Amino acid sequence: MTTRQKAGETRETAVRQDSDIAIVATAQLPAVRRQELTETEMLLMVVDEALGKVDLERSDIGFSCQGSCDYISGGTFSFVPNLDAMGAWPPIHESHVEMDGAWAMYEAWVRLRHGDIDIAVAMGSGKSSTGDPAAIYPLELDPYYLAPLGLDPVSLAALQARQLIESGKSTERELAEIAARSRRDAAGNPNQQVRAAEQDVDKLLAEGYLRNPLRKSDLPPISDGACAVVLVRGPRAAELTERPAWITGIDHRSEVHNPALRDLTDSASTRLAAARAGGVAGVEVAELMAPFTAQEVILRQSLGLADGVLINPSGGALTGNPLMATGLVRIADAAEAILADGRSRTLGHATSGPALQQNLVCVLEGDNR
Amino acid sequence: MTHERVAVVGIGQTKHKKRRDDLSIAGLVREAARRALDDARMTWSDIDAVVIGKAPDIFEGVMKPELYLSDALGGAGKPVFRVHTAGSVGGSTAVVASHLISSRVHRRVLAVAWEKQSEGNAQFGLGGGKSGSIGAGGAFAPWIRAYIRKSGAPEHIGWQVAVKDRQNALRNEYAHLQLKDISIDKVRESPMMWDPLHFLESCPSSDGAGAIVLTDEAGGDAAAADGRAPAWVLGTSMRSEPSSFNGRDPIRPQAGVDCAWDVYRQAGITDPRRQIDVAELYVPFSWYEPMWLEGHDIAPVGEGWKMVDRGETAFDGDFPVNPSGGVLSSNPIGASGMLRFLEAALQVRGTAGEHQVDGARVALAQAYGAAAQYFAMWAVGTDKP
Repeated sequence: MTTRQKAGETRETAVRQDSDIAIVATAQLPAVRRQELTETEMLLMVVDEALGKVDLERSDIGFSCQGSCDYISGGTFSFVPNLDAMGAWPPIHESHVEMDGAWAMYEAWVRLRHGDIDIAVAMGSGKSSTGDPAAIYPLELDPYYLAPLGLDPVSLAALQARQLIESGKSTERELAEIAARSRRDAAGNPNQQVRAAEQDVDKLLAEGYLRNPLRKSDLPPISDGACAVVLVRGPRAAELTERPAWITGIDHRSEVHNPALRDLTDSASTRLAAARAGGVAGVEVAELMAPFTAQEVILRQSLGLADGVLINPSGGALTGNPLMATGLVRIADAAEAILADGRSRTLGHATSGPALQQNLVCVLEGDNR
Repeated sequence: MTHERVAVVGIGQTKHKKRRDDLSIAGLVREAARRALDDARMTWSDIDAVVIGKAPDIFEGVMKPELYLSDALGGAGKPVFRVHTAGSVGGSTAVVASHLISSRVHRRVLAVAWEKQSEGNAQFGLGGGKSGSIGAGGAFAPWIRAYIRKSGAPEHIGWQVAVKDRQNALRNEYAHLQLKDISIDKVRESPMMWDPLHFLESCPSSDGAGAIVLTDEAGGDAAAADGRAPAWVLGTSMRSEPSSFNGRDPIRPQAGVDCAWDVYRQAGITDPRRQIDVAELYVPFSWYEPMWLEGHDIAPVGEGWKMVDRGETAFDGDFPVNPSGGVLSSNPIGASGMLRFLEAALQVRGTAGEHQVDGARVALAQAYGAAAQYFAMWAVGTDKP
């Protein structure tokens, strides 16, 4: 829980510059198979909740940015009605990216650094229940050569997992252990969709393949969901919450699109983004967007995360995967580890594209007291 | 904290056509990007980040095209960012790219916006992919009729704008429509599409892309020292309002007014009619020229059409609008906003060739989208802000 500073109260904090930016509040809807609310209503709820945590009104917001995807929503300009979630009258400073909400947050962070506004809201939302992700997702591939193959994300993930195992970088047992651990962690997280599934590694390994070498437990659920975070610049952040989650670094990198031209067992772009975001030294919690078990191994190894780092204590994308919000949820969970759990340094990661093509890393810090 | 100054040092665009059968989507964006890099005297490796803008994915059937286009735009190992703010997206793309520099996150950014309408069915896409759709003209025609009623503008104003922009396009080798025999009579006699809009008062469907290279102050200074005048970004803004509600003024949307004045304030413009030398306004249907002249306080309310009628917005008028030929002559939707923004930069750099407006020192570019509710603008100038 975040607490608002009482008038006149003083507190020791690290010296932060006016230009520093922090996450001061987050909100997410539980990932569910089918959300009855519209996307606009989902966003309305998370924006209300996030602003409510720090006693802000919509009129306090200097900029807002949404991340969503027309194809997932099933209609062109599907983001237009979502303006209502921010209440766009009088007119607002606003933008939209056709990417995960994590990239909407990146744009909001850039906008705050421009220097003329103090408070921004970033959102991500998606409803997979209204469509068929296996039919839609091949359309994000090269339209002339790859999309006509109908390669769905599960098949691509299986190719990636197969390479990982055959290169000796992982085993089917390790993947099952990741599934089991994620499910154990999700059991205590009401925001996660998969909370009561099998957690015994041997029983998971006894299950049949869905796409060799992947079993159902290696796959994410199909989810609807939304997330919002409130970003604040400089001293205002410390006024709004006791322990802001300062963004000490954020960066994102793309790679070559064609999966055949990449080493799928490595994530060079994640490593580069993390280095540009300040590195992983001292990170206590890493929320990695790894909707497939093998991707967690790849990300962990690419980042060189130490053994003691808590990985996806939320349960991660493997147990709740609201497309276009999943990445922002990872950052929000990494921020909550500071805001609510008192951690000092955490990392949130988001990915986009086939087999981890594009990756974003956000490093967050709390002030030591 | 003061922000970094931003300069446009490279500009490129494709030849806009009904169909670019000679190019894939990747080839299309690469043609524009290569021209912008060449103009900036840079190579792919000089670029720190790429910002891509386009209108709905459903137009071409490619979801999240930034993923596929990463290869064509030298995106590997770089941040590749995709913006989508409806029809204003080409402008928003330039604004977001400029913020990447003004915020000192990057020093050299390539912004690219595109549409390859021939690969899909935009009419279907505009209808939300669900119906035959009334099309953009069908959506805007009632507001245009309202504007005419309210302002008392005579019907020939729309025809005049249509002729003017097509004549300007004849000066622009990249423009899609090259209607050498365009005339008031031809426009008036062309089929009625959405009353009062005739066929020749409407934008075409085009394949095309636009690209700009933006740098920080040092990059702008270096280009200037080299005899290649940069276009300095004087102000940028984006504003949105809901598509409809009781009391909304779709003829003069408040988001457009606010967006313009945000840019004017940053650029030190207090009298836009006198202080702006040339404007590239997003005019997909002829009547949007007088509407935006009023909507951005360049003309007093009710008098935008009089500026048109007096010939002030003509190429040789004292407030030239759309010397490039505008959206009426080339409309690759996602790129259309970018084309306005890059034309403004061409004008103040003095590199617009045949469509160069003499003495252009301050230029305004505007793009709007969806139900005339999303706005993106910038002002660029010859002098460092």
